Order: sequence, then structure tokens, then C-alpha cells
Amino acid sequence: MGEYGGMRIRPVGRHALLLDCDDPGQVEQWRAELWRRRAAGELSAAEIVPAAGTVLLDGVPDPEATAARIAGWTPDPVTTTATAATVEVPTVYDGEDLPLVAAYWRLTVPQVVQRLRETEFRVAFCGFAPGFGYLTGLPPQYAVPRLPTPRPRVPAGSVALAGPYAGIYPTASPGGWLLVGRTTLTLFDVSADPPAILTPGTRVRLVTG
Amino acid sequence: MTAKRRAEPSSGPTRDGTGVGRAEPSSGPTGGAIEVRRAGPRTTVQDLGRPGWAHLGVPRSGALDPAALALANRLVGNPADAAGLELTLGGCELRLTRAGTVAVTGADVDVRVDDRPGDVGRPLAVPAGAVLRIGSPRHGLRNWLAVDGGIAVAPVLGSRSTDTLSGLGPPPVRDGDRLPLGGATGPPAPVDFTVGRPVPEELWLILRPGPRADWFTAEARELLLGTAYTVSPVSDRVGARLVGAALSRAVAGELPSEGVVLGAVQVPADGQPLIFLADHPTTGGYPVIGVVDDVTGLAQARPGTTVRFHGPQR
Repeated sequence: MGEYGGMRIRPVGRHALLLDCDDPGQVEQWRAELWRRRAAGELSAAEIVPAAGTVLLDGVPDPEATAARIAGWTPDPVTTTATAATVEVPTVYDGEDLPLVAAYWRLTVPQVVQRLRETEFRVAFCGFAPGFGYLTGLPPQYAVPRLPTPRPRVPAGSVALAGPYAGIYPTASPGGWLLVGRTTLTLFDVSADPPAILTPGTRVRLVTG
Repeated sequence: MTAKRRAEPSSGPTRDGTGVGRAEPSSGPTGGAIEVRRAGPRTTVQDLGRPGWAHLGVPRSGALDPAALALANRLVGNPADAAGLELTLGGCELRLTRAGTVAVTGADVDVRVDDRPGDVGRPLAVPAGAVLRIGSPRHGLRNWLAVDGGIAVAPVLGSRSTDTLSGLGPPPVRDGDRLPLGGATGPPAPVDFTVGRPVPEELWLILRPGPRADWFTAEARELLLGTAYTVSPVSDRVGARLVGAALSRAVAGELPSEGVVLGAVQVPADGQPLIFLADHPTTGGYPVIGVVDDVTGLAQARPGTTVRFHGPQR
């Protein structure tokens, strides 16, 4: 539907739009900009869903008119970083895949733990399960493959790595991410507001717990 | 609002606070309850779902045919968003502990109140203690059942819907469940009869190309619009899986996860399209070739039903 400063707007049926961004930084800027515009009453959308390289707007009354308006907006990079909250996740670093991660990273296990503790992560987006945040912040060379065969059950609170992301399993589920630790923090609670701790844009530290 | 968080890790929100009394029977303050004598093969509580949480990974869920649930609700005097039951292949036997008005919409099916036959699409008076039986649909797959006052299980994130993907909301209905009912809400709609939609032998769906139509070959885009697909038996509330001409990609490689919508036609590695329904995940890692305008017809599409796509200009 058009290209604007490296961001392209793609059509998604009768009620939605997909902002296709150049990189995760641009995704975060647009996510923050669109949430802000919606809160200010300048944008009508039932859902604004960031992902790895895109932002989806769903429940949009008039996608074409909305696309034209978005084309005239420039996301403000300053408000993005200034308003983000920080969540400290107390983490016990005893994951059974730590030696495997150490081998991929060409470090010792204590060095891996130190890197993870020192990294400032950010929730890039949620998916897979309610409250599961994809955390970015590790350098690209630290990307790791998933296990060839997923574990049938990864316990709730498991801190794990896959691809360029870190993540924490909010509930027990099958999973192929590499386990580096665990937390007792409840990540998703339907009686809390908001129900998820790791909302998009939130800064995260995996501190020793 | 105060953010209450449990100190201990839980096994998940799935079975917490749903209000469905298995161990301890419960009922609404004034509303009585439904005793589930026979749940049927796949019965869930559904309302209009929980939109607005997709950015936290929470699916929308809700009735597969929201208009059919809303009609059932209107027939018994409920607001359109009251919770009812969604039945797949019927087979339910329910006892109301209080007198009430019920309505069944959707597929053509036998409905009985004790031994008295009732009709689909009409309000039915059910005396206290009477047994409501819903048979197996003659055509189609699904029915929606509303009871005056609505099903009053505790809402989760604003909805009483069972989300079969994430496990949010009450668990699927099982034999022996006791579902609390709300108090009376309003007078039943003054109608005697409504016209049901027949289930077509062949389902025509309007498809709009995008957002990743350009990831597919021109031949694949033509095949999707020009050939017949059939509904696969592994279809469920998450998606209608189709079997037919495989759709080949023009762009190789993996698509990073991106947000998906109701009706998105996603094409996994095997090239067989899948149409996302109410319990679809919030993000997906396969390219979406197009989006279907209206998926409600798929709620009645039995395995083997022919599905054809055409563009919106037709």
C-alpha cells in the first residue's frame, strides 16, 4: 500500500494493516508511536501487535484512510526509550543447557551467566503463549539454535534462549529453547492489571535470584 | 488497580478461577445452574471472546459464528455478548435446575425438552428440572445454545470463552459439570421463528490478497483462486486446514513471526493452506497469502466440504 521511510504498509483483509519495518528498532519506535497515538485518540485500532519485524493493526475501521494517515507520521525515537519501565527478574542460573550455550558462545558457564546478568533486555514482542515475551538485547553472534527435538515439558518460569531471543516460559509447555535458568516470578496472572509483566517495550534484567 | 501476583509459580492460569464447579458445585446467586448429564463430543462455553490482548499473546477466541450466538441470546432476552454453549456435533443432554428460556441456533438438529420436540431458532420454555437434549446435526457441525441469564462462569480477561489454544477461560464442558446461570436479564425477543442459513455443499469464500501474497509464485496465487480445496478432518477452533493444490513459494527462507488476524490464510511448509479461526495464535511464522472476509461459514464445514476462493471484485 506504500513505502514510508523504510517502512512499508501491507494490506491485511478488510479490517487490518501490517507495518513492515526494516529492523527491530523501527518496530519498537512504531509500536510506541501507535500506542501513544491510540491513547491520544488519534488512531482507532482494537489490537496493535508488534512482532519480529512488523506491527499489526487489527480492528481498524477504515484501513486505507488509516494507512494514509500513518504515512504522514514520524515515530519519535526519544519517547520510546524514556518511558520504558524496567522489570528485574530474579533468576537462578542452573539451566541444564548452560554448557551447550557456553560451547556456542565459546565462553565458560560462569562467563555465560555473567553476560546474561549484565545484559539489558527489552521485550520486543509477545507470542507463543499468553505472557511469553521475546527479549532482545544479546549481540547477534550469540544467537543459538533450538534443540533438534523439543522437550515434552518445560517447567513454568524456565529462562531460555533461542535464535537471537531470550524468553521465560509463563506456563509449563513443550519447548525447544535452551534452558539457562529459572525464576519464581509469576509472568502471567489473569487477575493482575496488566495480566503480563513482560509487555512490549519493557526493559528486563535477569538478576541473580 | 492493585496488581495481585501469586508468590509461587503456578501451573498456569488455565484452571484458575474459572468458576466451573467440578469439585464443589456452585451456582449463580439467583440464577440456578445447568447440570451437564452428557457434554457431547466437543462442547465449550463461548461468548464474543477477549479482543484487545493480542499484544500479550492472548488469542481473541469467542464463538466461531458470533451472529449465531448473538441470535440465540436475543431469542432468550440476553445481551448479545452473554455466554452460551458452542456444540460441535451436538450430543448434549442438559438439566436446568430452574425454569428458563433456551434457544438453539446454527445447524439443523433435533432439540427436545423432555419428550417434547423443539425447533432450532426459536425460544423454548424449559420447566425447572426438565432435560434438554440436542441431537447430532443433520447437516453442518455446530450449534449455539443460549439460556436466559447466560452462563455465569467467572470471566477471564473480560470473557467467559474457552480458548482451546491457550487454555484461558473455563475448561471444555465435561459430563457431570455444573454450569452456573445468571439471573434473568430481560424479556425474550418477540419472535416465533427465525430462518436458519442452509449449509452449502460448496463454500465460496471471498479472499483478499496480502500481506505476504508476494512470497508466493504467480502460479500459486492462481491455484488458490482457481482450484477447489477440501476441509481436512484435523480442522478445529484454531483453524480450518485445507487439502488441495500445494502453494509454492517465490521467496524461500523463514518468515520472522508476525501478527495474524481472523481469516488469515497461512501457508505452512507443506504448501497446504490453513484458515485461522477464533482460537488462532496471535503471531505466526508462515506467510499469509491472503485474508478471508467472513469465516463464519467454516463453522459448519464438515471434513470433506469443498472450499473455493474468489476475489472481492466478483
